[in-house]
Amino acid sequence: MLTNAAIEALVRDDEVHRDAYTSPEVFAHEMTHLFANTWVYVGHASQIAAVGDFITTTIGTAPVVMVRHTDQSIRVLHNRCPHKGTRVANDPCGNTGKFFRCPYHAWSFRTDGSIAAIPLPQGYNDTGFKQSEAAKGMTAVGAVHVYRDFVFARLSPHGIGFDDYFGASLSSLDNMVDRSPVGKLEIAGGVLRYMHKCNWKMLVDNLTDTCHPMVAHESSAGTAVALGKTLPAMHPAVEIYAPFMSPYTFYEGMGIRVWPNGHGHTGVQGSIHSNYSSVPGYFEQMVAAYGEDRAKEILGENRHNTVYFPNMTMKGPIQALRIFKPIAADRTLVESWTFRLVDAPDQLLERTILYSRLINAPSSPVGHDDLEMYERAQDSLHSDANPWVNMQRLARPADSGPVVNGTSELQMRNQFQAWKHFMTVTP
Amino acid sequence: MIAAPDLIAFVQHEARLIDAQRFDEWLALFTDDARYWMPLDPAQTDYKLHQSLYIEDPVLLRLRVERLKGAKTYSQKPKSRCHHLLQTPLVEQADHAAGRYQTWTPFHYLETRLDEQTLYAGWATHTLVVVDGNLRIELKRIDLVNPDSAFGSIQLFM
Repeated sequence: MLTNAAIEALVRDDEVHRDAYTSPEVFAHEMTHLFANTWVYVGHASQIAAVGDFITTTIGTAPVVMVRHTDQSIRVLHNRCPHKGTRVANDPCGNTGKFFRCPYHAWSFRTDGSIAAIPLPQGYNDTGFKQSEAAKGMTAVGAVHVYRDFVFARLSPHGIGFDDYFGASLSSLDNMVDRSPVGKLEIAGGVLRYMHKCNWKMLVDNLTDTCHPMVAHESSAGTAVALGKTLPAMHPAVEIYAPFMSPYTFYEGMGIRVWPNGHGHTGVQGSIHSNYSSVPGYFEQMVAAYGEDRAKEILGENRHNTVYFPNMTMKGPIQALRIFKPIAADRTLVESWTFRLVDAPDQLLERTILYSRLINAPSSPVGHDDLEMYERAQDSLHSDANPWVNMQRLARPADSGPVVNGTSELQMRNQFQAWKHFMTVTP
Repeated sequence: MIAAPDLIAFVQHEARLIDAQRFDEWLALFTDDARYWMPLDPAQTDYKLHQSLYIEDPVLLRLRVERLKGAKTYSQKPKSRCHHLLQTPLVEQADHAAGRYQTWTPFHYLETRLDEQTLYAGWATHTLVVVDGNLRIELKRIDLVNPDSAFGSIQLFM
């Protein structure tokens, strides 16, 4: 068990000790503290539209099931039979009707987790069973909050409230939802799953690292730009790749904004997503729904990556969301989800699917570029020559935020201050 | 007249070009509007509104091949190598009048880099057409046995 002092010693103002990335002990502490004390994205309401619909997922490494209860509310339960610990729901998604039924001994549970029936119940008479932990059924997580169909949960029953935790950072989710003429999103197109042999925080750090695209992605985006020049017309993939090769000055001008509790985003004044070709009919739909001024305001907000600390990120302008699921100190599953803007043209869904495949798939050259950097770091951080990871770029009082030069590492520092807090706070 | 042995030889030659990393010759096997498709779902029929692992036109294939040649392609330092093991292709459709053919080829594909090697297994369905007297690939559909599994980087071609 790590002491709070040991945790705090890992995070300096602008450096982080490599043990935060490499130590199994630190990872275990993250699972019991960081991922218990924070609000973690679980899933989207459109995945469980009907009563009894469920998805299985994890919060940190804890298996959970998100289910539509009989009263239409969304419940998030620990996916563990209270009897022997067997995982009750095993498919990625499905419909369980009114009850979950454990396949081991047929204990069954209502979709709020309470026990519905146990075979041979008389065997528990006069045993004190009603006072047992098992009698509580499949335990609900500490708290659930649904924000515009995005479902978040806090494992700990006590702690910071949803609104206090996210605050103004919800403006990024708002912008993504508002891009539907009816203000509604649906998960669509399937999920890309990409296994990373690195620590989950490397992916989070990279989200606001704007000094790497023109270097690490030169082989993919740079080749796309060169190839594009030989083509008679703009290729949809070149349109997506080319902005990655923008110069440092472009990324400086994008800007970074940080919020309390580790959230932040790149692309305050436009981003690499600002200049995609328009989709016929879409703007007119938006004007009809919102009025011209509001439609322009919504579509003029082109944020790049928003970090919802600890492990979710999304892109409003292309309706894509990624979850970095921690598996071990050196293993992370990246899930890339795409959304349909309800009532908007299909070409927008086509674009988000194209983007995710080009950038975030196991088959994506850009993904290969990034993962190579993370995996090399995961290995070489074991060098004892220097146990510190540097996050000092533009770390001076004059660049303190909340909106700063887009090449600042302020958001990385912001994340680790939140990390330190939620690793050590008593809920 | 294209006969079954020609189609089988073509599919085997295609795999050999990949394993030998003769990628420019490999690209020349595709038609101008060809697709190299690896669906995410075995039953998938659409690649526009449903995600795929790959849905590459000749431009995207060319991009990959050019990238593999680059001096700053860090995920290929050192380079990957690959190996195809094909079951004999089965000719499923032969429309001689239209010059269109379809073959079905179970395969094992192994990709290796540094000390790791990863085995993928699946079925390749080639839609082949005759262009200027030569067989060309109009569609190569690759159905992995587990397209929904989480993979690491897949850097070469199945």
